[in-house]
Amino acid sequence: MSPLFLFLSFVALLSALGVVFAKNPVHSVLFLILTFFSLSGHYLLLNAQFLAAVNIIVYAGAIMVLFLFVIMFLNLNVDTEPHKPALAKIAAAVAGGSLLLILVAALKDVHPVGVTGTAFNSQIGMVDQLGLKLYTDFLLPFELASVLFLVAMVGAVMLGKREVGERNF
Amino acid sequence: MLELPALGWQSIVIFVVFALSLLIATYCTYAERVIAAFLQDRVGPDRAGPYGLLQPLADAVKMFTKEEFFPGGANKALFIFGPCLAMITALMSSAVIPFGNNMSFGNNAFFLQGIEVNIGMLWVFGVVSLGVYGVMIGGWASNNKFSLLGAIRAASQNISYELAMGMALIAVLMMSGTLSLREITLQQSAPGEWAMWNIVRQPLGFIIFLVCAFAETNRTPFDLPECETELVGGYHTEYSSMKLGLYLFAEYINIFVASAVMSVLYFGGFNFPFQYELRDWFVNSQSWELASAQNLITLLGTVGLFLKIFAFIFFFMWIRWTLPRFRYDQLMRLGWTILIPLAVFNILLTGGLILAGVIQ
Repeated sequence: MSPLFLFLSFVALLSALGVVFAKNPVHSVLFLILTFFSLSGHYLLLNAQFLAAVNIIVYAGAIMVLFLFVIMFLNLNVDTEPHKPALAKIAAAVAGGSLLLILVAALKDVHPVGVTGTAFNSQIGMVDQLGLKLYTDFLLPFELASVLFLVAMVGAVMLGKREVGERNF
Repeated sequence: MLELPALGWQSIVIFVVFALSLLIATYCTYAERVIAAFLQDRVGPDRAGPYGLLQPLADAVKMFTKEEFFPGGANKALFIFGPCLAMITALMSSAVIPFGNNMSFGNNAFFLQGIEVNIGMLWVFGVVSLGVYGVMIGGWASNNKFSLLGAIRAASQNISYELAMGMALIAVLMMSGTLSLREITLQQSAPGEWAMWNIVRQPLGFIIFLVCAFAETNRTPFDLPECETELVGGYHTEYSSMKLGLYLFAEYINIFVASAVMSVLYFGGFNFPFQYELRDWFVNSQSWELASAQNLITLLGTVGLFLKIFAFIFFFMWIRWTLPRFRYDQLMRLGWTILIPLAVFNILLTGGLILAGVIQ
């Protein structure tokens, strides 16, 4: 394991814990952004440059901005936080812990199937290779997803459009 | 194939790019005042040094020596972190911009570019999309309603205009077939044939990109996040001393980077007309070596790119002192109902023209 991998994993785990343990929701969001950054670092180590860049643009650049946007409006702080009973906390800890146990138990003996170290194409994460793959082997799902995005965008424009007779000022 | 040392020369280039960004941002503050004075028929700064050229230094001394003020109830850590983040993201994006072709001395060759990666444009786009965090965090941490409103405005404005900007970019990428800014530059000029700059093939895309660049850098007529007629000072209302300075500085670095990206994408980057003829003239008539002639052309190309960048920076300032600010609903309407449909239309048009074989 390279020192860079260890460092990135350390940062990812630490900031993921920060998301959960931070008292202030804005701090949680910022820790989550740091987590996304370290994940992008992992993608770079795996030679997946395109995925790393898109992860930053979509998650850190757009979705988390909206998160922060909403949280800033909500005025969440210690005074307004509802009190949770001890039973709910214990139940949450047990449920989360058993989910972790099951995941670790299920994944600890997993071996990647169909990938051999010698035949693996290390350039598959580069943007041109990925594009070729998407537009040949996975054309239909890719096009369907893009239509979905287009519909969402047109919907946003429709919602923002001024109705007949509506005035802002 | 030329041998490129990973570090060494390249690290000098990175350092020079860093220093130049800061220097240009410094003198942008001076240029802004001189241009404002010229457009408003005033004298402008003329006290510090000849023609007021030392004014940025005087400003820096003032900024550093002013009182550091923390508003009551502010989140102190994030209040400091905000301007730092704005500065970091502004400086990061210049890493992938090709400021010149490659230079070679003997066996050593290096690009006049921080790093050459095959996702250059995505890198710029990602860093630009992160730029809003500095403003948002600073505005929220100030514990001031005006600051918060400025931060919210900045966030929604940046997200809205990023969409149209990305789609204007897609049309360029459809023609170039690569995300590397260096490749895009080289494609705009080929030796021995007439290759047009992208502005000729993408006029509509350029206009969309230009408008979005104004919105992304929070410049007038889109400077709603710091609109002083409505929000006192917007997101930096509570900031004083060098923390305010960092915000203003980050804005000028963003302008510099936006100008550089537009020059590279649409105005041929480091190419200039008749560069190959000039190189051949040096080689054939002046009996220079090919490598040194190439180096000279590279340097001239870098000068040319900076002239284009300065022209764009002037344009940014010209607009600021000419046009009034939009109203916020007008800004949103322009972004969502005019620029995005136009950008989609531009993509369809480009695709159709590529299919018809008019452009490639």
